[in-house]
Amino acid sequence: MAIAATPEIGSQELEDLKQRYSDKGFIVTNVNNLINWARTGSLHWMTFGLACCAVEMMHVGTPRYDVERMGAAPRASPRHADVMIIAGTLTNKMAPALRKAYDQMAEPRYVISMGSCANGGGYYHYSYSVVRGSDRIVPIDIYVPGCPPTAEALMYGILQLQKKIRREGNIVR
Amino acid sequence: MSSPIDLVVQTISEKINPIDVKVINNQIEIIIESRQIITTFQFLKDSSKCQFRQLTDIAGVDYPDRENRFEVVYHLLSFKNNLRARVKVYIDEGSSIDSLTSVFPCANWFEREAFDMYGIQFNDHPDLRRILTDYGFEGYPLRKDFPLSGNVEVRYNEIEKKIVYEPVKLQQDYRHFDIQSPWEGTKYKEEEQDRNGGK
Repeated sequence: MAIAATPEIGSQELEDLKQRYSDKGFIVTNVNNLINWARTGSLHWMTFGLACCAVEMMHVGTPRYDVERMGAAPRASPRHADVMIIAGTLTNKMAPALRKAYDQMAEPRYVISMGSCANGGGYYHYSYSVVRGSDRIVPIDIYVPGCPPTAEALMYGILQLQKKIRREGNIVR
Repeated sequence: MSSPIDLVVQTISEKINPIDVKVINNQIEIIIESRQIITTFQFLKDSSKCQFRQLTDIAGVDYPDRENRFEVVYHLLSFKNNLRARVKVYIDEGSSIDSLTSVFPCANWFEREAFDMYGIQFNDHPDLRRILTDYGFEGYPLRKDFPLSGNVEVRYNEIEKKIVYEPVKLQQDYRHFDIQSPWEGTKYKEEEQDRNGGK
């Protein structure tokens, strides 16, 4: 038997272990699930507020919607952030700066495109100075429609992103 | 006794010899020649009757059919008299106009904007470069002959790992609003191609 091959463990230590398990309990999981749980539970977003959508993005962090209860919180630096929320009109002049900020984010990184302008140019689709969809610059995970989307819509987008991360379930992207 | 606005109009027409002075909606509209500009504004600012101490905005207007293509409109405010005035100057595409920065320092960025949007040249401006449009932008976007969607659009190039500029290629036609029939919407380029057998 396997027990016979293991080195001798004092019965006192075994008793302690047994006691700890029965007091506190334990769960069995696999590493994928554990990592996804950690990722979905701390989606710190990098604020890329470009227009009026940014105001709704602020609302989602304040007590009425309080997205921090889902583990999401604003971060000032792209190096701290897991997800970038592009909130507003992305112009040609801003595009290189947005890409630079995105490149500074650590993997795994996600992007939420918030509002009509970021999704596809929106009201300024035919303009000479606006990028016709921020997916021309960075890969987008979630598109939140609206002009601007309500704070609830953005929160729903964050929940959808959590769902997506859970479903993908890959450690390596 | 005449009202303050009449007094101001009278002073202006006596002292600065404008092309035209009108009162529209209790606002004074003055049309002057471009060479008069510094003396006019110095007078409007300093004269005790006018006291237009604030330059609130400078606007450009493009009329391609006119002999003098551009109209530069200066908006003034007199707190003392509770009065607003518009000063209009007509200039042609090739000619330039004196900068107002020596009289109103705030004219600096207004003139940069007018230069950026219309290509109006201001003499003796301390730093006349583009203010709003993209770095290396070509053309003057608010001129009537500038194409609505511009000439270039940006995209991230995955191979070069940088933002690249390419000629505009719209995925979708401009919308046309057919008021006669509410049922037919915009015809999209891709649908049209499908109908023609992918041509």
